Amino acid sequence: MIKAILIFNNHGKPRLIRFYQYFAEDMQQQIIRETFHLVSKRDDNVCNFLEGGSLIGGSDYKLIYRHYATLYFVFCVDSSESELGILDLIQVFVETLDKCFENVCELDLIFHMDKVHYILQEVVMGGMVLETNMNEIVAQVEVQNRMEKSEVSDVKQGL
Amino acid sequence: MSDVVEKTLTALPSLLSLDPQPGSAKLSSTSKLGNLIRGITELTSKHEEEKLIQHELASIKDQVSSPNTSMRQMKELMVRAIYCESLGYEASFTYIHAIKLAQQGTALEKRVGYLAVSLFLNESHELLLLLVNTVLKDLQSTNLIEVCMALTVVSQMFPKDMIPAILPLVEEKLNHPKEIIRRKAVLALYKFYLIAPNQVQHIHNKFRKALCDKDPGVMTASLHIYLQMIQENPEGYKDLTASFVTILKQVVGGKLPMDFNYHSVPAPWLQIQLLRILALLGKNDQSASAVMYEVLDESLRRAEMNHNITYAILYECVKCIYTIHPKSDLLEKAAKCIGNFVLSPKINLKYLGLKALTYVVQQDPRLALQHQMTIIECLDHSDLIIKRETLELLFRITNAQNVVVIVEKMLEFLRVNTDDYTTIDLVGKVAELAEKYPSDTMSTVFSVGGDMMQPDIPNSFLKLLSEGFDSVEEDRKLRLFAVDSYITLLQKEPGKLPQRFLQVISWVLGEYSHLKDELEPTVVLKLLAKLLDMKHTSSETKSWILMAMTKLCEGGAEVSVVREVSETYSSSMDTVLRQRAHELQYLSQDSELRAKVLLRDNGLRPLEVDSSLSFLDGFVSEALAAGAAPYKPPHQRQEELAQAKALSLEPYGLSLPMSMSSCSITDRQSPTLLSMSSGLSGDSAEISHKGGSTSLKLDGVKRVWGREGYLPQRAAVEEAAQVEVPCTLRSPSQQGDADSSHSQTPTSTPTPTEPDPEKQQLASLFFGLSSQSSVCLMGKPEPTPHRFRRKAKGVTDPTSSSLISTPSNVEKLLCNNLLDSNIASELAVSSAKQITELPQGLKTASSDIKQNNPSLIVDNGIVAAADEDPDRPKDLCLISHLPAELSELCHSEITPLCTIQSILCAVNSCQYRGDGIFPVAWGGPSGSSVLIQTPFNHLHQVTHVSAELKKSTQCLSFAHSDVTFPCRPLTVSTEEYGTMWLSFSHDTKQNLTLIGDGQEALTATLNVLKQKLQLHVVEIIGQEGILSCRLLQDQPCLMHCRVHAGTLAVWLRSPVPDLPDCLIYHCQRALQEY
Repeated sequence: MIKAILIFNNHGKPRLIRFYQYFAEDMQQQIIRETFHLVSKRDDNVCNFLEGGSLIGGSDYKLIYRHYATLYFVFCVDSSESELGILDLIQVFVETLDKCFENVCELDLIFHMDKVHYILQEVVMGGMVLETNMNEIVAQVEVQNRMEKSEVSDVKQGL
Repeated sequence: MSDVVEKTLTALPSLLSLDPQPGSAKLSSTSKLGNLIRGITELTSKHEEEKLIQHELASIKDQVSSPNTSMRQMKELMVRAIYCESLGYEASFTYIHAIKLAQQGTALEKRVGYLAVSLFLNESHELLLLLVNTVLKDLQSTNLIEVCMALTVVSQMFPKDMIPAILPLVEEKLNHPKEIIRRKAVLALYKFYLIAPNQVQHIHNKFRKALCDKDPGVMTASLHIYLQMIQENPEGYKDLTASFVTILKQVVGGKLPMDFNYHSVPAPWLQIQLLRILALLGKNDQSASAVMYEVLDESLRRAEMNHNITYAILYECVKCIYTIHPKSDLLEKAAKCIGNFVLSPKINLKYLGLKALTYVVQQDPRLALQHQMTIIECLDHSDLIIKRETLELLFRITNAQNVVVIVEKMLEFLRVNTDDYTTIDLVGKVAELAEKYPSDTMSTVFSVGGDMMQPDIPNSFLKLLSEGFDSVEEDRKLRLFAVDSYITLLQKEPGKLPQRFLQVISWVLGEYSHLKDELEPTVVLKLLAKLLDMKHTSSETKSWILMAMTKLCEGGAEVSVVREVSETYSSSMDTVLRQRAHELQYLSQDSELRAKVLLRDNGLRPLEVDSSLSFLDGFVSEALAAGAAPYKPPHQRQEELAQAKALSLEPYGLSLPMSMSSCSITDRQSPTLLSMSSGLSGDSAEISHKGGSTSLKLDGVKRVWGREGYLPQRAAVEEAAQVEVPCTLRSPSQQGDADSSHSQTPTSTPTPTEPDPEKQQLASLFFGLSSQSSVCLMGKPEPTPHRFRRKAKGVTDPTSSSLISTPSNVEKLLCNNLLDSNIASELAVSSAKQITELPQGLKTASSDIKQNNPSLIVDNGIVAAADEDPDRPKDLCLISHLPAELSELCHSEITPLCTIQSILCAVNSCQYRGDGIFPVAWGGPSGSSVLIQTPFNHLHQVTHVSAELKKSTQCLSFAHSDVTFPCRPLTVSTEEYGTMWLSFSHDTKQNLTLIGDGQEALTATLNVLKQKLQLHVVEIIGQEGILSCRLLQDQPCLMHCRVHAGTLAVWLRSPVPDLPDCLIYHCQRALQEY
């Protein structure tokens, strides 16, 4: 199970926060801060796995992260997930974002946080990996986009 | 691809600082969200941000509550609220509007509403109930997107109690023509399974259908469920093994559409999932494993491409191969794979390689030996995570030879580590090692670990110190050493030591400083007094110190110190401290009292806990005689309270024909029930009640007598057995003593600064391994190494101590290499000797026990005979008094016990519903009869009573004190056990002594219980075991045992109130007798 997905930038500013297990609001913020603290002090040439952040649940949990230029993508998972598998899932997710936003950048994540959430929903659902096939994810997102466009044009016609 | 992403992301800062750019033009720069975000990025301080957001939230609040806001605007507002929340500012006023949006909006607005709800709320939030109807509606919608959204929100969070409401709809979706819907429905059901497993029990065959779905995506989703269910119950899904193997074969063989390829690897995530399932299914199952070998081989072969995801598959493959029933050529290939991982320059792979090594090293320590160089390198790796993983690996291969170096490495890591969590974990491990291989490292652990470690670590250390090891001499040395080193520590600079350590120090000094003859108690007292005066000493530590002082002061010179201290603290604000100070004061003045309270005992003195609190019996019976109400356990009180509240619908005149169980209630319960069941006029009911209470009282008194009467006999027998057993056990440890007298303590501080540290490490780290594997001890299952470890301590210690005592390092190194072979042979010889010695010892012991056993059986024989003895004419007339519900059953002759004021007591054994034979005691005034004891409740008491009563009537005296507990094995499966366990209300917990030590102790102990008490061993899982038995058809009792800190923690549960207590008593007895 994936317990949480956190995306923050090099300064620790959260860009996307998604918890699949309930934590109180202040606890969430504390987890974000601690995770950032743990991840940011690691060099780029060390391994992408971190164990036992005491906040999110002890020895069974792992932080698996990737660092892209200004953004950290951190997945907090339990032992039932494969480490390398998740690492590649992060890659799939980022590539999907890239496809959907046409050269994704941090600004896209900031201004279209809702869209990023919708894309994520097609990859991970309730903490479970739903889809790992990028084309499939993009197709699902596109269906929603079409609906959006048709609705906008409906409104225009109505006017 | 990632390069492209990286490029764009690097360009970000410039984008941010500049105004409208072609890139950001598409980002609705004029929107309010845009303004907000831009505003925030321009701010420099946290305080300003706070102000801005609060302002923003206020304006959102205004707008959402205004009736003029359209749904479209609401959507925009909601996104802004989400943004604020993600920054950590609460916007709880929007929650209700989010739900409203999900309820009333169009599909797009719904989407925002659902998203906001799933981000804002949690499963137990009360507002979520408002969403149930919306979800129901959307699940039935014809719009696929709406159905998808509903399923997503359901799997994200849904109130547990409301699952039944939507379950049928979600189930229906399993047949939906669209595969995306089917897939989401499967995952939603999986989520339901996780939060409320019993609610989806009935749709297991639908899961099977999902597994056979024509769409591979749906099948993949169903594997989540199967992985979980197989984890919980591997036996139940063995029939699917072949199917999973076939699926994996097809996937590996590239039978899936190209769509599923990721970097030209066919469906890697699916493969990973399948491999995990196979590992679970093949564990400890040869036939299931046999089916997998081929496909595993194929997977290993195919996954040779040089990409991350293939390594993920390889890793799972290797783990699977080492989990299932071993096959040599596969193991070889897997070992090679692990080698590649460990040697890889990629750090992620190295990490996984170390993890895999840690996993397999218990089965095959040679593998660690092969990679020792790499492991040593990893110890000095710059990445702390790698270092920790290496230590974890070393922890698994620790043995008596390399423990010093490994612990030293761990401590080294502890000193540089800053992460609390790791420190706690590692300190625990070091403590565990120190416990296994006693040495002085604990001092370092305490001072490094500080107050962060778990409280049970110092406790178990003290326990270890006080209970000692096999030989008295060794204990003495260890304690002396502890005293010595702690005194030195205190003389240096006690101010820096952590509180926990100070507590340990004061305890040790209080308990053992008298062992050191030349040490004046005054010196110790002064040191302790100095600790008391230190500013940062916590009051808890102070009370430890005061207790230590109480133990130390023996009158004489030290009195002045003590008096001063006790005077200071007897007026302390802290009540505990004041209490301790007063104790100290009185005990230091009254040496007689002191000698009584604080026994100074050198020997091993295990505390006997009298769980039945029999020493209170006298008090209780006195109180009862004085008219006190008998004690009722809380559950019974509650029951009675419930009964008292409910209207009694039973007629008053209800007479004799009543069930056994109601009888059992009668004797302990309220007088009203009793009088009801006696079915007589008020007067005689009164009498019978009195009779009951007198017999109760007698029960208590007589029991004490009974115990006293029989105790000497039993004790004598036990003593005889004890004389035999220790003798045989002592011989190896004596040998150990003789050997260990070479050095003061087995291990003193290691010296890691060697001319060639790496070599030295190598030698010492894998030293034990190689020698041991040459004797094939590691390869074997646990029992031998454990026994070997304990018994051979004397033999192995001198080697390490001789290493240390050798003067030069070069020699030491040489010694290492030379000893390697020497020791191997020595160990082999000595261990073999001891192992052969041991069974002999055990044999003699067990033959002793056998000799005891017959006497017990003889005792039982006497009972049987005794029952037949009494004169028959009396018997005939007694039958007429037999309680109605018993009279129809087979029974042996009835023995009258005594007659007290026209109340007749008798005992006989009765067969109850063909289920077994119980002695039954009953009595009552002539013409009526009331059972005074039901068979199981206080069986031993009954016999005591009867035996005593008999004595008084000069009929016959029972020549035994024990009746075998009349229970039978109850054969249940582990699942049945689980459900039964939860449904039983009465329980008892207690620690019992283990028989034997090491891994086998649990099994041995359970076997004794099985033999002696006829318990059924349901399953033994690692250090835990579950057993079951029953008394009657519907009176089961379940037992859960866990080995914990050298004792057996037992938890009993039963629907019958007194059964757990009774059974635990018998277990205790059974183990004692053994």
